[in-house]
Amino acid sequence: MNLEIILRSGLSTGTILIFAAIGEILTELSGIQNLGVEGMMLVGAMAAFKTSLATGNPWIGLLVGIAAGGLLSLAHAVVTIHFQADQVVSGLSLTFLGTGLALVLGEGLTGQNAPLIPNFTIPLLSQIPWVGRVFFSDLNLLVYIGYLFIPIAWWYINKTRPGLHLRAVGEKPAAADSLGVSVYGTRYLYTFIGGCLAGLAGSSISIAISPGWYSSQTTSGQGWIAVALVIFAQWNPLRAALGGYLFGMLRRFMLDLQGPMILFGAPNPFFYNHNLAFFLQMTPFLLTIIALVLGSAASRRQRIGAPAALGVPYVRGERD
Amino acid sequence: MSLPFHLQVEKRLEDPPRWLPVATSVGAIVLAFLISGVILLLIGGDPVKTFQYFYNAAFGSWGALSDVIVKATPLLLIGLGCGIAFRMKLWNIGAEGQFFIGAFCASLVPLVPLMNMETTPRAVVLLVMALFGMIGGALYGFIPGFLKAKFNVSEIISTLMLNYVAVFWNNYWIYGIFSDAGFQMTKMFPKNAWLPRLADLAQQNRAFSGITLHLGVVFGLVAAVILTHIINHSRWGYEITLIGDNPKAAEYAGIDIKRNIILVFMLSGALAGLAGMSEVSGVVHRLQERISTNYGFSGVIVAWLAKLNPLATILVSFLFGALIVAGREIQPSGLYFLIQGTILFLVISSDVLLRYRIRFVRTSSEAA
Repeated sequence: MNLEIILRSGLSTGTILIFAAIGEILTELSGIQNLGVEGMMLVGAMAAFKTSLATGNPWIGLLVGIAAGGLLSLAHAVVTIHFQADQVVSGLSLTFLGTGLALVLGEGLTGQNAPLIPNFTIPLLSQIPWVGRVFFSDLNLLVYIGYLFIPIAWWYINKTRPGLHLRAVGEKPAAADSLGVSVYGTRYLYTFIGGCLAGLAGSSISIAISPGWYSSQTTSGQGWIAVALVIFAQWNPLRAALGGYLFGMLRRFMLDLQGPMILFGAPNPFFYNHNLAFFLQMTPFLLTIIALVLGSAASRRQRIGAPAALGVPYVRGERD
Repeated sequence: MSLPFHLQVEKRLEDPPRWLPVATSVGAIVLAFLISGVILLLIGGDPVKTFQYFYNAAFGSWGALSDVIVKATPLLLIGLGCGIAFRMKLWNIGAEGQFFIGAFCASLVPLVPLMNMETTPRAVVLLVMALFGMIGGALYGFIPGFLKAKFNVSEIISTLMLNYVAVFWNNYWIYGIFSDAGFQMTKMFPKNAWLPRLADLAQQNRAFSGITLHLGVVFGLVAAVILTHIINHSRWGYEITLIGDNPKAAEYAGIDIKRNIILVFMLSGALAGLAGMSEVSGVVHRLQERISTNYGFSGVIVAWLAKLNPLATILVSFLFGALIVAGREIQPSGLYFLIQGTILFLVISSDVLLRYRIRFVRTSSEAA
């Protein structure tokens, strides 16, 4: 077990969760809850992998993966914004639809090797003692994009005019409407952006961070973790980043616990009884629930809640 | 405008006609098959052949039909459980986990064993197993219900996370303590713990030989009738519907919402747990990792497609049982999910027709 390896693994796998979670934060801030993240990620992962395989260019694959996630999210947008369907059920059906599409279109991709987005060492920054070695050398390019993306997303939401409009639409759509902000337009836009980011998250699995196509095991429930992360993060990208990296590290740590024969000076029970590892595997999910319990207590104390209009369809002229 | 009429969408003031929800659901299913067919065509498949094969795989013989009902049984129980929770706008997405824990608890009876499997009458064993399954599912449903009522934790997330926990929990026992000679399954239950099958009657009637239909489907049918009664004729059912429709009014009426959240979650879990018992005792006769083909999630769709009506759930779960049976046989394997997802999408989209109506308005008469 090695702290550096755990940290670096957390940075890599956390990036996947962070893209998806921040996408969902943007969508939810506009008042639309999209539970279909898992489906959009899977479609993104499949599209990116398939395109990269066909064109030989992982960057085209990445773009197609992003677009595929975005396109799928539009189904949710139409149904929930225009048809005012229940967002929970629509999100769930999006997961089914995405999974089905990805499995059907991804037939025969398993076991193939597609060109991948490369790893990269940042000059200068990687020279910093320890920090450079851990954070800035030989990580996937998308991990660095993640570093930049997190503060930008926070700044965009909290400090810019479009960010203000976004939050207004999610908190008080009628007021935003009366000020000339298009509620439907905004919701479509951010549902689409959320879908694109879920597509990016899926692509960063299949053609970058843990490459390959393993049908529905490719995402293995990470979309759901991302949705949980949004609530844990209280709709704040910075907290989402923290949670995403921590979750990535935790998973790696649980894996590493099974390796050594001696653990903290005692015989390692997980080494001698492999079945105990199932308890290690369930720990991240249990911790997610505990984090949610603590998180919802904290947000009640600080009066931070979900966007007021989250899940409520907007119809002009109707009182809520 | 050059057209002599235009379309006008307006909100329905009165309830939609009774036939309309049925018509939209049926229309959605037909359309979903059409869309899936087009997708099949686009990727170079032959939709007509595929769907013919689909039909034969599901309804082609008595054996196939019995398989469909066997697959429909867990969907029916889970769909009923999801339906009652959804009535209260409680999003129990955790039926999969409750199903697994129910299967686990029921399996304890023959595996530990908790009673003498030689001498105890079969009916008693099965009854205790069914009770254990329901209690297991109910307790596992209690967790998200309690967290929701007490800490306002999103039940969607907690139930989803608990699904993973349940799978790992079961695996610990299946791979370890109850493992059959290191295989990833427990040893087979003694016959006393098997739900009776039609095939058991093959000696009296040759037609039944090989028919796997088991008693579990009766659990589902009885549950559907009881739930219909609860919803339509009991105070509790009225409270559940009122909380779902208008929580504020329910609160003013003095209904204990938190208590109902926990109770309904436990009922929902108990039904999923019973489905788990029915699967291990009626189909696989042992506990193993793969006892569910996404029943928990399909149950969500079944409940919604049935418009949360218990009796309609019977019909819809039958259809989805057919989808599963046929889906096993055809390639590509994802087609099953694709059709499911499309059906649900179309159903929720078509709900707009229940709230709005589209009228042709003659332009000339308006101008006059």
